Amino acid sequence: MSAAPVDLPRWADTALVPLVSVAAALLVAGLVVVGIGESPLEATALLLRGSLGSAEGIGFTLYYTTNFIFTGLAVAVAYHAGLFNIGGEGQATIAGLCAALACTVLGALPGFLAAPLAILAAAAGGALYGFIPGWLQARRGSHVVITTIMLNFVAATLIVYLLREVMGKAGSMQPETPDFPASAVLLPMHKLLAPLGLKLPATPLNSAFLLALAALAAVWLLIWRTRLGYAIRTVGANPHAAAYAGISPARITMVAMAISGALAGGLAVNEALGVQHRLVLDFTAGYGFVGIAVALMGRAHPVGVGLAALLFGILYQGGAELSFDKPAITRDMVVVIGGVLILFAGALDGLFRRAVAVLLRVGRRTG
Amino acid sequence: MEWLQTIAVVLDSTVRLSVPLICAAMAGLWSERAGVVDIGLEGKMLIAAFAAAVAALVTGSAWAGLGAGIAASVLFSLLHGFASITWRGNQIVSGVAINMLAVGLTAILGNAWYGQGGRTPALEGAARFGDVRLPFGPWAREHVPVLGLLYDEVVSGHGAPAYLALAAVIATAWVLKRTRFGLRIRAVGENPAAVDTAGISVAGLRYAAVAIGGLLCGLGGTYLAVAQSAGFIPQMTAGRGFIALAAVIFANWRAWPAFGACLLFGVLDALAIRLQGVTLPGIGLVPVEAIQALPYVMTIVLLAGFIGKATPPKASGLPYVKER
Repeated sequence: MSAAPVDLPRWADTALVPLVSVAAALLVAGLVVVGIGESPLEATALLLRGSLGSAEGIGFTLYYTTNFIFTGLAVAVAYHAGLFNIGGEGQATIAGLCAALACTVLGALPGFLAAPLAILAAAAGGALYGFIPGWLQARRGSHVVITTIMLNFVAATLIVYLLREVMGKAGSMQPETPDFPASAVLLPMHKLLAPLGLKLPATPLNSAFLLALAALAAVWLLIWRTRLGYAIRTVGANPHAAAYAGISPARITMVAMAISGALAGGLAVNEALGVQHRLVLDFTAGYGFVGIAVALMGRAHPVGVGLAALLFGILYQGGAELSFDKPAITRDMVVVIGGVLILFAGALDGLFRRAVAVLLRVGRRTG
Repeated sequence: MEWLQTIAVVLDSTVRLSVPLICAAMAGLWSERAGVVDIGLEGKMLIAAFAAAVAALVTGSAWAGLGAGIAASVLFSLLHGFASITWRGNQIVSGVAINMLAVGLTAILGNAWYGQGGRTPALEGAARFGDVRLPFGPWAREHVPVLGLLYDEVVSGHGAPAYLALAAVIATAWVLKRTRFGLRIRAVGENPAAVDTAGISVAGLRYAAVAIGGLLCGLGGTYLAVAQSAGFIPQMTAGRGFIALAAVIFANWRAWPAFGACLLFGVLDALAIRLQGVTLPGIGLVPVEAIQALPYVMTIVLLAGFIGKATPPKASGLPYVKER
């Protein structure tokens, strides 16, 4: 995002710079752990054991990874069009509301119809809520960043109102909808794989994970193998050149934001349709913001986004286990790491590219 | 006279709710007029609130809290400056990072130090800013009809940072509009190349503006934790930094209108609290959420140019690259 005047070999640019910023971010996190009087090595060991040390841990890790893939891809697609979508939280919220609405209507349909339609409803809701800031920027000139921030808050107040007054479960003190019909919810992975003879422990991991993997592939195809993707990248690189080439930046802005919003809707698919089987308040839980870190760290490439999402999945699941053993290290640590990563891989990208360039030059001279 | 008392109470809570907005809006104004977009107002207020609460708790002095709050917030704003001015990073990205860092750090440190789910223990006595009673309050209430009551209830009786916030508005409006320094700040936000040509440091001015913004966010955050509440509560800024940003946009990047917008959003907030669970004839149960969402919706509508037109400083969001 920053125009740093540093030339790096491609492998360094795509792999080394993100790795260095991740290492630096984890170092900062380690310092925080030291600051509150715990051992970072012990914490790392507990974290890795909790996230990757058992089949159950891996299941939870991949379940969190699913959320980060969706929100990371949402930011990445908009990024290719030169747009910064920080409205993932709001878009996922509206997606969840639309999925819940669809579930009340679709309950009578058989599963092979109801579940896909509920997913489509979520995607449509997210797409609509992404399209609005896109349209406002393309046609009315208001900046996507500010409108998505404001729309996040509008969605947050809307869901409070709807869950309390309109869609809420009768007689429940919790702001939540009634349970979705069984035909509309997604199969958990341990049931899905049982017919294949695989015995997995029961975890929240569900078929939304497969959808997330498909989304990674689909975004790669879209961005690098289709006409629309070419148009998106052109507008992102230079809107004037795009307009000269007959591509409408306004149209691409709206389309990219709608796709971005639909991808953010995947968060609602995994959380509401996949795990909780009802809509609860605050189900977005900051995943939308961490998605920014995922996209920046993954260089907005599906492979990078997948790996970054896995890293955050590990941090999230490992962090939960860690906070059992070490109550002083709460899962807020992940938010700190996310923030530092956004700073390092995003805003201070120029600094890290310069540092890597210097390192490479020194290495060449001595080697 | 009971309705007057009600109005006075609502206005009093309006002032209380507006103070953090006013501080953050003035901070945003400084930064944005200098061409540095600042969506990290929220995070800076949050880290300031935490630092102020901790310092006030440790030292037992609210003023020490204010100092710590300002120091923490200025540190964060210099981080924003380092990324976006020195390294020409994306200002939005840096702002998002600052917001996340503040949320994460305050929660984790608060929990590790005090173990109360991120809260700090309650502040008492001199560790909190007490209400400042302006002179002649009771006298005015007795002898001057209406205005006397409003003076005693609404104008008088707030913590010291509230009056500092008012002073900050006056100072911001005056310095930005009437002084050489203010002219330069505005120039660096509109046309940094011209400022550079005149031999004045673009980076220096922008750092100054960002640091002043940090100071003001520190004041706002301190007010939240050490005057309005009696301690820090996780995520206690609750979107106020973004409402302040909305106020700046709403006011077209001018100080006094921004002050007015903050008061307007403060009234909405006070009404939303007051009308919680109240049934009005003709409307039924007041949808409090609709009132809470109003500042955001109004900003979107304004930005879309449906009413009036928002014109940000020309160079806002653009890192300055010296021509070679």
